[in-house]
Amino acid sequence: MSMKTSNRQVDGVTIVDCSGRITLGEGSVILRDTVKDLLSKGNKKIVLNLGDVNYIDSSGIGELVSAFTTVKNQGGELKLLNLTKKVHDLLQITKLYTVFDVKDDEAAAVKSFAK
Amino acid sequence: MTAHRVSYTLDSTLETVNSAEEAASQIATEAGFDDEEVMKIAMAVREAAVNAVLHGNAYDPAKKVTVDFERTARELVITIRDQGKGLDLNKIPDPLAPENLLKTSGRGIFLIRSFMDQVEIHPSQAGTEIKLIKHVRGSAAGGKEASQ
Repeated sequence: MSMKTSNRQVDGVTIVDCSGRITLGEGSVILRDTVKDLLSKGNKKIVLNLGDVNYIDSSGIGELVSAFTTVKNQGGELKLLNLTKKVHDLLQITKLYTVFDVKDDEAAAVKSFAK
Repeated sequence: MTAHRVSYTLDSTLETVNSAEEAASQIATEAGFDDEEVMKIAMAVREAAVNAVLHGNAYDPAKKVTVDFERTARELVITIRDQGKGLDLNKIPDPLAPENLLKTSGRGIFLIRSFMDQVEIHPSQAGTEIKLIKHVRGSAAGGKEASQ
């Protein structure tokens, strides 16, 4: 299953609902293009909802890191929401769990952005 | 139990990566590994195949990737070979080093080593061979016979 994303706005925060696989090729490109598009429209408060992402490889991890730093470099914030166990474990062993701001409650994630 | 061996010769494409991963998942399942171990084995094979296709063969249509699966009563051994210039082991970064944490690549070999029991990397001028070994333990020790 390839990756799909859909965006919605909640109190000035863009929630990107992701599903499928973030892997080398299509999945990584879709994530990159989605974040790039949001930034170009001035949406700099971004939450990636990974609740339906069942698989991610090292390229996908790299794409998450790239999204995180790209948003940060443009004065925005990118947070992760609803990690599956597989993605959670991957971020743990790669020591990225503490780099990302990871949330498990959407309302709390939205509130956590600076107004 | 005798050894079961399956070998694939694949093009240097992204489809190869997916094929190798799917084959690994199927063979590891047939060998009786549990779901989590199957996921780890399949992911390690995927990462090794990515390295072979991208960094080894550099998508060169003239170069092939071979993937061998050998299962014995004791272990599952997966060998992936490319026809590239040979991986420079000194250039593999430590992705956990603070200065590398935010790098967007360089985690493949680390994940492979994390997921497999034993990893051997043999670079040469004719390409790189990486051998991934998972020991059979628990329920996998009584796994089903492979179909090939």
